[in-house]
Amino acid sequence: MNYTNGKYVFDIQNLNCYYGSFRAVKDTDLSIESKKITAFIGPSGCGKSTVLRTFNRMNDLIPSARVTGEVLFHGQNLYDPDVDPVEVRRRIGMVFQKPNPFPKSIYENVAWGARINGFKGNMDELVEQSLRQAALWDEVKDKLDQSGLGLSGGQQQRLCIARTIAPRPEVILMDEPCSALDPIATLKIEDLMRQLVKNYTIIIVTHNMQQAARVSDYTAYFLMDRDDRAGLLIEYGVTNEIFTKPKDQRTEDYITGRFG
Amino acid sequence: MTVSASTRTIAKTAAAAKSDLHKRLRLGESFIEAFLFFCGAVSILTTLGIVFVLGKESLLFFTSGEVTLWEFISGTEWQPAIGRFGIWALLNSTLMVTAIAMLVALPLGLAVAIYLSEYASLRARSILKPVLEVLAGVPTVVYGYFALTFMTPFLRSIFGDEIVQIYNTAAAGIVIGILVLPLVSSMSEDALHAVPYALREAAYGLGATKLETAIKVVLPAATYGVAAAFIVAISRAIGETMIVAIAAGAGPSFTFNPFESAETMTGHIVRISGGDLSYDSIDYNSIFAIGLMLFVMTLTLNIISRHVVKHFREEYE
Amino acid sequence: MSVKPDSSVASYPEDDGLQSFVKRRHRQGLTWRIVFQAATIVAILALLALLYNIIIGSFGYVALQNKIEPESLHVDGMPLEELSKEQLVIILSEHISKGLMRRLEHDQPFTERTRQDVYNLVIERVVEQRVVKSWSLTVSFFKRDEIETFMAGLPQGKLEFRSWLHWNFLITPQSSTPELAGIRTAIFGTLWVIFITVAVAFPLGVGAAIYLEEYAAHVGNPWLRRLNAIIQTNINNLAGVPSIIYGMLGLVIFVRVMEPLTSGAFLGAVEDATTANGRTILSAGLTLAILILPLIIINAQEAIRAVPNSLRQAGMGLGATKWQTIWHHVLPNAIPGILTGNILAMSRAIGETAPLVVIGASTFITVDPNGPFSKFTTLPIQIYQWTARPQDEFRNIAAAAIIVLLVLLLTLNASAVLLRNRYGKKSL
Ligand SMILES: Nc1ncnc2c1ncn2[C@@H]1O[C@H](COP(=O)(O)OP(=O)(O)O)[C@@H](O)[C@H]1O
Ligand SMILES: [Mg+2]
Repeated sequence: MNYTNGKYVFDIQNLNCYYGSFRAVKDTDLSIESKKITAFIGPSGCGKSTVLRTFNRMNDLIPSARVTGEVLFHGQNLYDPDVDPVEVRRRIGMVFQKPNPFPKSIYENVAWGARINGFKGNMDELVEQSLRQAALWDEVKDKLDQSGLGLSGGQQQRLCIARTIAPRPEVILMDEPCSALDPIATLKIEDLMRQLVKNYTIIIVTHNMQQAARVSDYTAYFLMDRDDRAGLLIEYGVTNEIFTKPKDQRTEDYITGRFG
Repeated sequence: MTVSASTRTIAKTAAAAKSDLHKRLRLGESFIEAFLFFCGAVSILTTLGIVFVLGKESLLFFTSGEVTLWEFISGTEWQPAIGRFGIWALLNSTLMVTAIAMLVALPLGLAVAIYLSEYASLRARSILKPVLEVLAGVPTVVYGYFALTFMTPFLRSIFGDEIVQIYNTAAAGIVIGILVLPLVSSMSEDALHAVPYALREAAYGLGATKLETAIKVVLPAATYGVAAAFIVAISRAIGETMIVAIAAGAGPSFTFNPFESAETMTGHIVRISGGDLSYDSIDYNSIFAIGLMLFVMTLTLNIISRHVVKHFREEYE
Repeated sequence: MSVKPDSSVASYPEDDGLQSFVKRRHRQGLTWRIVFQAATIVAILALLALLYNIIIGSFGYVALQNKIEPESLHVDGMPLEELSKEQLVIILSEHISKGLMRRLEHDQPFTERTRQDVYNLVIERVVEQRVVKSWSLTVSFFKRDEIETFMAGLPQGKLEFRSWLHWNFLITPQSSTPELAGIRTAIFGTLWVIFITVAVAFPLGVGAAIYLEEYAAHVGNPWLRRLNAIIQTNINNLAGVPSIIYGMLGLVIFVRVMEPLTSGAFLGAVEDATTANGRTILSAGLTLAILILPLIIINAQEAIRAVPNSLRQAGMGLGATKWQTIWHHVLPNAIPGILTGNILAMSRAIGETAPLVVIGASTFITVDPNGPFSKFTTLPIQIYQWTARPQDEFRNIAAAAIIVLLVLLLTLNASAVLLRNRYGKKSL
C-alpha cells in the first residue's frame, strides 16, 4: 500500500468506544488522507457510525457514550480535555443519514451555520457559493425564502451539504447520506462528492458496496467480533485493491456477497 | 493495524499548529447553564419550603403544651377555644366527602372511559372530549357555587328540608365527584387505550362480544392504569378546598350523617386563615398541623399512584 | 392425522341452545352499552346543570323599592332628570349627613364632578332604590303568580326584569350593597396577580424544562445526576400537592418572612405601612407562580421532547454551541407547545381561590390596585365571598361574576386550542 505521499488529516490510535458498559468499537487504528474520499463499509451494527462520530465528537451528545484512545486531527488529540467540541465541529462538518434541514428558509438554512460561527463577509455571496458547490443553486435560486422542508428528499440532502460547507470546514463526515434517497438523487450526491473532494476531505459511511467502489479512494472494512459483539477494523486500503484483491478472507466474503 | 504505524509520524508532523481547538472560555454558556439549573432547583426549594413551613409550625403546635400528639390523632372533638384539638372531627368529614365523591366519580368516570375508548364513534368523541375538558377547566369556586345553589336545593327537594341541612357534606361530596370525573375518565381512558389492539383481536377471535372484550379482557389488562387514576382522584378530592368551604359548612362536627354540616380539614384551614388571626397563636399553628397531615396524605397517595402507573407502563412498553 | 371425537365438544351449547345463549350475551352487551352511554350523558348533564344554574342566577325579576320617591324630590315640578347639577347638589346636601357630604367632597370636589355623577349620587344616596327581593330566571318565567303575590304585598314596590351582568357591573368597584357592587377592583386584581404569576413562572418553568430535557442527561458528576433525578421526581410530586398547601407556604414565606420585600417597605413604597403588610399582589402572584410552576415545567418538557433530535444534531454538527442550538432550533420549534401549556397553567392560576384566601386576600377594597404592593382581591375571591353571603342578591352578583370569569377562561382556553391546532401539526 502506498500512503506515504499523502497528507494525513486524521490518525486514530487504539480507539475504543463504549455505550455504557457495552464496547461498540475496539482497538482501532486508522489514518485518513486529506482531500480524498474514505469509505467505511461493513454490516449493520459494526460501529461505522460510532467511529465516524468520534471525528467531530458528535458522540458527546449521547449521554452514555465514552471514548478511549486518541483521535489525532493534524496531530492534536480531539479528546484532549482542553479541546472544545464546538470548535471541532465547525472544522469538521457532518451530513446525516436522514436529511434534516432546519424548518427555516433555504437561505437561513445555509446562512445560520456561518452566522453563528462569526462569518462577517457577504452572506448572500456565501449562500450562493455554498449552494452552487452543493449543485443545488439552479434549482432553488428563485425560492431562497421558502422553507427547506418544501424540497424533495434529494434536494434536502444537498441543502444539508450546502449548509455543512458554508462554514468552510476542512472535513465533511457523511453517515449513509443516500440511504433515504432514490437512485437518481443518490447519483447526484455521488457526483457532488467527486466535485467536493477537490476542496474537502470526505469520510462516508455506506452499506452500499457499489457506492463505496464508485466514489471512494480508500475503503475501510469493519466487522463485528463474534465473541464480544464489538466492532473491529478488518481491512483498510486503496478502494481498488480492497475490491479486487482483498487480503482478508472475511472482506472477500463481504464484498462478494457471501457474507452471512 | 499495520496501516497506521507508517503514517503516524507524518500525521504528527503535519502541523499541529494548523489552528487551535483549545477550549474557549464560554462564560455566557456556563452562566446560562447555571441559571437553568437554578430554575430546576426552585422546585426543590419549594418542597423544602413546604416541609419546613408545615413542620416548623406543627412542631410549635405540638410543643405548645396545649395538645399532645396522641390527643391530636385520636380525638374526635375540635374546639380550640377549650383546648380540644382532635383531628377526627375534621378528618372524618374529609373522608366522608371523599367517599361520597368517589361513589360518584369512580363508576361514572370509568363508564365514561369505557364508552369513549371502546364504543364511541369518532364524532361522539370529538364532542365528549371537549365537554370533559371544559368540566375539568371550571374553577373550583364555581363548583362551590353550584353545590350550594343547585345541589343542596336539589337534595332538599328530594329528601326534605328537615333532613338535609343548608350546609351538608353530601352536596359537597357529589359536586367534588363531578369535579374529578373528567380526571378519572381521561386517565382511565388513556390506560384502556394503551392496551394493545392485538389483545382485543384475540378476544374477538374467540367469539367474545364487544362487552365481554371490554370488561373481561381490556379492563383487566388496564387494571393498574385505572387504579392509578382512582388513587389520584382520591388525592384530589381530599385536597379539594373551595367546594367544601362553601357548601359543607363551618364548624367541625364529628358526624356520619352526610346531610349534616361538617367542616373538613381544608375547609377549616380556609375559614381560620380567612379570618383575622394573629400569628403565633395556637389557632394559627393548628392549621399547619392540619396542613401537614393533608400534605402527607396526598403525597402518599400520589407516590403510590405513580408507582402503580409505572408498573402498568412496564407491562406494555 | 386422525382426530378422535372430543367429548368436551358436547359440553358447548348447540343449535337452539347456542342461539339463545348468544342472544343473551348480546342483550347483556346492549344493556351495558346503554349504561355506559347513560354515564356519559350524566357527565354532559352535569355541565349543563352548572351552566344553567349560573345563567338563571344572573337574570330575573327583582322587586325594587325606593326610600324616597323621586317624585317627592321634584323642584318646581321639574323631574329629577331635568335638574341642573347645582340643584342636585342642594338636594343631596339636604338629605344626607354632613359627614358623608364632606367625605364625598373630599373624594372629589363637587365643582369638579359632572352632572351625571351627581345625579347618580342622588339616586344612590337619596332615592336609595333597593332590591327587596330577586327571583331566578326560571322562577321569573314559570312562577309569575308567586312573584305577583309578593308584589301585591308591596304597594310601593316596582317589578323590573334585571340582568345582573351589565356594563356598570364590570366597571364599578366593590360595594356593600349588592345592586351597586361591581367587579372592577377584582378584575384589576386578577390581571395584576396573573401578570406577576406569569412573569415569574414562565421563565422559571421553561428554564427548568430546558435544563431537565437538554442538560440533565449530559451531566457527568454522579452527585449532580442524582440531584437531577430528584428534581424530576419532585416536580411530578409537586404537581399533585393540594393548592391550599401552597397558600400556607405563601403565607409563611412571602407574607411573613419576606414581608419587607413583598409589602414594598424596602422601597418605601407604602405610605401607610399597616394597610397590607405582606398581603399584597406581589405575594399572591409569587404564591400562584410557585403553584403553577410544576404544570408549566411538565408541559414545556413535553413540548421540548417533541422536537426531533435531528435538529439538535444538525445544529451542533455545524459547530453551534449547545445554547445556540437550543435557542435557534429547539425553542422555536417547541414554543407553540410551550405557550399552549403556559396558557392552560395560566387559566388554572386565574381560577385559584383557596391559596389566595389563605395568604389573606382583602375582603373589601373599593380602590383599584395601583401596583404590586397593593392589597388585592380577585374574581374568584369575590365570587367566593358573595356566594358565602346568605342574601339572594349576593348570589345573583356571584353568578354574574362567574359568567365573567368563565368567559375569560373560555377565551384563554380557546386561544390555547387554536394555537395547538395551528402549529401543533406542523411536520418537521
Ligand atoms: N446511542 C446508542 N446507545 C447505545 N448503543 C448504541 C447507540 N448507538 C449505537 N449503539 C450500538 O453500538 C453498536 C454500533 O452501532 P453503529 O455505530 O450505529 O453501527 P453501524 O453504523 O455500523 O450500523 C451497535 O451494536 C449499536 O447497537
Ligand atoms: Mg450507522
